[in-house]
Amino acid sequence: MSLKTASKPIFTNYTEETFPNKNVVYDTKDLNLWYGETHALKDINLSIYEKEVTAIIGPSGCGKSTYIKTLNRMVELVPTVRTTGSITYNGMSILDKKFKVEDLRTRVGMVFQKPNPFPKSIYDNVAYGPKIHGIRNKKILDEIVEKSLRGASIWEEVKDRLKENAYGLSGGQQQRLCIARCLAIEPDVILMDEPTSALDPKSTLRIEELVQELKKDYSIIIVTHNMQQAARISDRTAFFLNGEVVEFDQTDTIFTKPADSRTEDYISGRFG
Amino acid sequence: MKYINQEQVQSKMNRRLVKNNIFKTLFALATMFGIVVLAILIIRVLTQGLAWIDMDFITGKLSTSADRAGIMGAILGTLWLMIVVIPVTLILGVATAIYLELYAPKGKFQAIIQTNIANLAGVPSIVYGLLGLTVFVRAMDLGNVVLAGGLTLSLLVLPIVIVASQEAIRAVPQHLSEASFGMGATKWQTVKNIVLPASLPGILTGSILALSRAIGETAPLTVIGIPALLIPFPGGIFDTFTIMPMQIYYWTIDSSLVSEYANLAAATIVVLLVMLFILNSIAVIIRNKFQQRY
Repeated sequence: MSLKTASKPIFTNYTEETFPNKNVVYDTKDLNLWYGETHALKDINLSIYEKEVTAIIGPSGCGKSTYIKTLNRMVELVPTVRTTGSITYNGMSILDKKFKVEDLRTRVGMVFQKPNPFPKSIYDNVAYGPKIHGIRNKKILDEIVEKSLRGASIWEEVKDRLKENAYGLSGGQQQRLCIARCLAIEPDVILMDEPTSALDPKSTLRIEELVQELKKDYSIIIVTHNMQQAARISDRTAFFLNGEVVEFDQTDTIFTKPADSRTEDYISGRFG
Repeated sequence: MKYINQEQVQSKMNRRLVKNNIFKTLFALATMFGIVVLAILIIRVLTQGLAWIDMDFITGKLSTSADRAGIMGAILGTLWLMIVVIPVTLILGVATAIYLELYAPKGKFQAIIQTNIANLAGVPSIVYGLLGLTVFVRAMDLGNVVLAGGLTLSLLVLPIVIVASQEAIRAVPQHLSEASFGMGATKWQTVKNIVLPASLPGILTGSILALSRAIGETAPLTVIGIPALLIPFPGGIFDTFTIMPMQIYYWTIDSSLVSEYANLAAATIVVLLVMLFILNSIAVIIRNKFQQRY
């Protein structure tokens, strides 16, 4: 495991569990990223394991959102972005200019900070992904829609109003619809960028329960500014600060005996 | 110690309130001015022209005899023009707007084009007429036909359609296209399925308003050359044509010869205004009906 030789993240509690015998989905090596002149990510080295929930925490502006958007190259929507280093996804080098982003994004779904359903019906929102990937058969589409809505535990609430506009749903329901929409492209990985920050506590709890459910089938990377949330739902946590990974370890370790004093300061609420 | 002296404030309060009312009246008068002028115009036109409007006037052919004159030829001329203008401006305008908003690299190149489009929207319409005369009528040898007129008017309103479409596209929230990209959609799929449907009401509203400007436009077509008395109806885009504003103009300058011509002009104005009113109403209805919440 190449991470052991990486200099930046500090691992003190080396155990078998620190580097488990699990498949690595994403392997990030010496990633640097600039927005114009701003150096937003500095020498990031991080491994994301299969069928786990990896939480990324840190104060505002620490680069956590930038990092997760680099994993599906959405960060490139900002035209001035420059990167060095490498990220491999299942062994494929995704920052390679020849690599097709569309290909990557059909395997890696994303859920955004603010629920962003399309101004279409609930059904059409979920069917959008399969449709753009060429599925035209109505029966298959029906099946995918139902399966995805069940997977996002929102089927019971919307099954009688699939033709209604998605904007009629509450904020929490909209976010679960967005998760369903993401499941409909049958991804391997789900990226979640502060998915509950615009939601009330009850809706937040439902999403958190859903994440626990989803990790059986998907690898999940979740950015959150809510440390309790990271502690509740993640298996592994990375703490970002000023564009660097300060510490990356099992969530238990991060929250009980962090190796770096800055991590301890942050999780105990002294800053951020 | 207090800085505001209550007694002083009170002594000045009456003066302030008077001033307040003066300005309120002033603003109301400014608004009234426009309304009154518009009302006078409409009343004058209606009293003079309404009596002359009947089925024969609307469906009749042009004639030197005021009693027999009709404006169907001019109405058809306008419709044929629209048949050229609508597809040309919509296709070129929306495509340009999509390119500038979604594809063109943001930078000097885009800024230059943007400034030029804004400037083109301000070029006097007669200049477009000269362009049309040079390029379409003479160089392309089309003659003074519907196609030449339509292409000239298309150039004239294209900047307006582009700017309106750009604004409509810009108003579609970024997070919608992000959601689409996030599922592996290409740019074209995102434009086709998300951006265009969401911006269509705005694009249509802007285009219809641009169109109603084209319908009332006279100067560029004068330059291209419109016959003063054209009796046969235009039957296609390669026929010579006349239009309502042009007819209003000819009848008005000839009213010193035949006084009834002034009434014909007034009647034509009424028909033209009704047509513009209908078009603008359609724009408002589309805007209200399809306005989306994001």
